[in-house]
Amino acid sequence: MDDSLDSLIEAAVQALDLPFEPAWQPAIKANLAVTLRQAALVTEFPLPDDSEPAPVFQA
Amino acid sequence: MTLNPTTASAAEIASAVRAGTISAREVIDAVLAAIRTRGKALNVFTAVTEERARARAAAIDARRAQGGALAGVPFAVKNLVDVAGLPTLAGSKINRDHPPATRDATLVERLEAAGAILVGALNMGEYAYDFTGENVHDGPSRNPHDTLRMTGGSSGGSGGAVAGRLVPLSLGSDTNGSIRVPASLCGIFGLKATYGRLSRARTFPFVASLDHLGPFARSVGDLALAYDAMQGHDPHDPVCVQRPAEPTLSGIDDGIDGLKIAIAGGYFRKGAAPEALTALEHVATALAVKREIEIPEAARARAAAYVITATEGAALHLDRLRTRAHDFDPAVRDRLIAGAMVPAMLVNKAQKFRRWYRARVLERFADVDVILAPATPCTAPLIGQQTFVLDGVELPVRANLGIYTQPISFIGLPVVAVPVPLKPLPIGVQIIAAPWREDVALKVARALERAGIVAAPNPPE
Repeated sequence: MDDSLDSLIEAAVQALDLPFEPAWQPAIKANLAVTLRQAALVTEFPLPDDSEPAPVFQA
Repeated sequence: MTLNPTTASAAEIASAVRAGTISAREVIDAVLAAIRTRGKALNVFTAVTEERARARAAAIDARRAQGGALAGVPFAVKNLVDVAGLPTLAGSKINRDHPPATRDATLVERLEAAGAILVGALNMGEYAYDFTGENVHDGPSRNPHDTLRMTGGSSGGSGGAVAGRLVPLSLGSDTNGSIRVPASLCGIFGLKATYGRLSRARTFPFVASLDHLGPFARSVGDLALAYDAMQGHDPHDPVCVQRPAEPTLSGIDDGIDGLKIAIAGGYFRKGAAPEALTALEHVATALAVKREIEIPEAARARAAAYVITATEGAALHLDRLRTRAHDFDPAVRDRLIAGAMVPAMLVNKAQKFRRWYRARVLERFADVDVILAPATPCTAPLIGQQTFVLDGVELPVRANLGIYTQPISFIGLPVVAVPVPLKPLPIGVQIIAAPWREDVALKVARALERAGIVAAPNPPE
């Protein structure tokens, strides 16, 4: 997880043109790790294929 | 002048101004003097609109006979709310370069239409990504009950200004808890209405999916008074619903007989410090509530809110991150950059979970009218405190003060945060109602206030 996060941060900074300085790495990584852990809690919860997202666009 | 405008309620001030026993000018003089003197130690104001307030007071005094529900009532707003003539800072350094707003936010216009008088803009956590009320550019908002402690955030100035007896009324915003957390830590009342009820037009956003605006006050009556003045559809906020205004103040003393009330169990007990549970117990005992219900998957709801917040926040600030990264609060910047790296499918999953969770929670409201839960896991931490221990785990304060508020705002439920005046520090309880039933939450809050269980305690002199 740790190495893969380092790789993800490095790739995202370049591919997405995000600002970055080496000194920011630990805090960015810690925040990303927390958010992905939270996201895993959501994705591991089974929902049917026909689930609608909460926001509904009205034409 | 018999009424003290810095300790009086909004209702008392309006009544006295309408009756002519005090002038709006006298009210504003007293409030501006308090902001200049006692206000300094609290660091809650970032701008004082003295000239505007004096002009408005003169206009109100000139047409006193017409009155208004909030005649002469001073109020102040979180500095993400547009005030004509001021740049809308949203707690940032970057927005100081913005041109001044050309028109007030809708909610400011509506409060002033009822006779209220804006006296200034209030300190807040940068771009509202905060639960502490600290700000690296303006310094921390300080808790009136102990100035070494946090107000809570991100509407820190809004909480501190009302608790500190500088104004009887303020506006804040709540994306994940930013009204309810400072209301709890500062010992005052806060209302986060149903998502879409109150206009957000001409306020600086944070997370469009979750942003709410709302009032703070030292009494339930004042909260309802301000809320009623601000209700109603606004075509300038696409989220603001087409519902007619549903006034609450006239029915606030109707009592709570027949209401079914329960305590949120499970997730909402886990990690709470003894004082949070004591406050909840005081409220539950006064209401003779023993029933406990489970809000299903609350931890997952909080997680989904966390993901949506991180990514929508990052999207909002992407250009500023690219061009002015060094002008952000570093703690906010690093959270936002991390948010920009989260894959889109995770956000989509979170939005799908949100709909599922909403349906399950609404099922609970089929046989309960009100749910009680702590507002914060503990009383006000010290300013600068980085971590606290919840349920035996050391966690960052900044991201975790809102653990009990986040699963509720995630689906836009209306909540009144009520202060339980424990010693040495107050702490809040959430009175949570079904969507569009702010009236029910306010009635319960009012019953607790009349019973002497909840009150905004006086800070030390």
